[in-house]
Amino acid sequence: MMRIFFQKYGFLLVIWLPVGWLSLFFMLPLIEMINVSFSEARRAVPPYNPAFQIGEKGISFQPVFDNYLLIYDYWGDYLWPAVNSIRLAFFSTVWCLFFAYPMAWWIARSKKPLQHILLVLVLMPFWTSSLLRMYALIGLLNPNGVINDFLLWAGIIVTPIQMMQTDFSIYSGMLLTYLPLMILPLYASLVRLDNALLEAAADLGAKNWDIFRTIILPLSLPGVIAGCLLVFIPAVGEFVIPALLGGPEQLMLGKVIWTEFFRNRDWPVAAAIAIILIAIIILPVVYARYQDKEGLS
Amino acid sequence: MPPFIRIQNISKKYGVLQAVDAVSFDLEKGELFSLLGPSGCGKTTLLRILAGFEVPTSGLVEIDGQNMANVDPADRPVNIMFQNYALFPHMSVFNNIAYGLQRASLAKNEINHRVEDLLKLVHLTGMGERKPATLSGGQRQRVALARALARRPKLLLLDEPLAALDKKLRSDTQFELVNIQEKLGTTFIVVTHDQEEAMTLSTRIGVMNEGQLVQLATPNEIYENPKTRFIADFVGDISFVPAKINRQDGDYWLMDAAVPIYAACEHNLEAGKSITLAIRPEKITLTPEASGKINEFPVRIDDWAFYGAGTQYRVTGPGGIKLKLFQSHNQPSNAQLRPDQIETGFIHFAPESIIILEDK
Repeated sequence: MMRIFFQKYGFLLVIWLPVGWLSLFFMLPLIEMINVSFSEARRAVPPYNPAFQIGEKGISFQPVFDNYLLIYDYWGDYLWPAVNSIRLAFFSTVWCLFFAYPMAWWIARSKKPLQHILLVLVLMPFWTSSLLRMYALIGLLNPNGVINDFLLWAGIIVTPIQMMQTDFSIYSGMLLTYLPLMILPLYASLVRLDNALLEAAADLGAKNWDIFRTIILPLSLPGVIAGCLLVFIPAVGEFVIPALLGGPEQLMLGKVIWTEFFRNRDWPVAAAIAIILIAIIILPVVYARYQDKEGLS
Repeated sequence: MPPFIRIQNISKKYGVLQAVDAVSFDLEKGELFSLLGPSGCGKTTLLRILAGFEVPTSGLVEIDGQNMANVDPADRPVNIMFQNYALFPHMSVFNNIAYGLQRASLAKNEINHRVEDLLKLVHLTGMGERKPATLSGGQRQRVALARALARRPKLLLLDEPLAALDKKLRSDTQFELVNIQEKLGTTFIVVTHDQEEAMTLSTRIGVMNEGQLVQLATPNEIYENPKTRFIADFVGDISFVPAKINRQDGDYWLMDAAVPIYAACEHNLEAGKSITLAIRPEKITLTPEASGKINEFPVRIDDWAFYGAGTQYRVTGPGGIKLKLFQSHNQPSNAQLRPDQIETGFIHFAPESIIILEDK
């Protein structure tokens, strides 16, 4: 009886269990966030007057647009952090792609046992907390950190190099955190590449760069797109890395949201900024999906 | 004048494994040559050496008088049709065929013109915009052929060109391939493990075993006069009978097997030597009654199978000699044979049809 039930309805369970889980823990908080962004701030717990309410007076929905209007009025204050966030996320993605592609290629072309060892090594950083890794990086890059100490000792430099609180330190942190997310999808698409295709191209007169441009790159494009999205999306909202490794002038959208939430206790404005951030992220994703459909299927 | 293709003493070693062992042969321009052998015999390695993907440990490859050592695969006047075609999945049929021409920086008009001609040659006119994934197996094979021919190579290598096709399609494609080869006059080397494919396609066959070229001859010569037991067994069906040379008797030689057998041989044989006699199934005649011919003895029919054009039998003779025979239905006498009704019979075969293989 149970067996027949699972044979018949098992697939529904497989589909609806994650759907239910996602609706409960992903969609509902998101909807609540949208709700908060349309609510009025107040000094209470919680510090807002919900726009959408189910209470004694029944269901009521009174959206307030003040939060968005406030951001619109003071757009100058938010534009710079937004531009900065996108700039940082964009270049982090580019750097990750730049370093990850050759690594993914090398792993994908390695012999089987070595391949598995390399993949484990790629994932190894995830075994320690990212916060810990950032502090380790600070220990390396500080004016009196390992690198400067060594260079001073070796007599290569006389005064310590300023590496902390620069773009270099931020990108180092971003690379350290997000490189595996770029390598894995690239590896997945490169490992499926049939060696005979590369030989066929060489046989038909293509030299190395030509083979890469006409065969390898187009066929690994799904992996490139997936990797870029996996890095870009969390990088835009990244808060910890710029806060720890960047200078005070590195104002990011993530930092602004944090300030609004915890310092100003203005949840509705913070929520509104977050919603705008999501909108900014969705655009390139939709564009990438569209490109994917156009170019490859 | 040097031969068009010269392969001289080519060897390839992988560690201790001798993949190709001192293979030498010459080809004339326009030949359709087959390299035949079981998997692992080194034929694919030899093909990859010719294409430039592998560097031989020693030896020389010359094409049209030009030494191929240190010539990149991209710069060789050689193209290859891969076993699984290796079509570029993200490109249209047109772009697949045009790929080699674009690398050669030909003018756009010239490329379009040549690709259209090739599409016509392989009967795919109007299919240029399709992606490889939307084509049938036979169509893909023809795209691969057109792509490999596009650069007008002096030598075209075909790696198991028909292996991925089903049987019916295979025979049609075989003839088509020969047609195209004759039309263009390109020199073809076909690598195959399928002896039937090698026989029907080629003007000459090179049989390979364990890295060595064991015989190079016309299909007919290889079938009728195989040099070794391996070749005899690999090419076509055959039965072996161990024997010892007795003496010359008139025109023939008398062999001591389980029964005395008379065999024809043009050269002198050494009496007392152990040899193996081999005979093709279609050279043996089965009759219900004894007919008094030379090399005749009674047999028991073990089993039989109907093949349409004929019937194949497996029989056991005196002293436990096992033989395979094939009786064509074209012979009126064979039409009267009812394999389901007889259990014994007589067989005979001409002394000329016996192949004498020297034991090593």
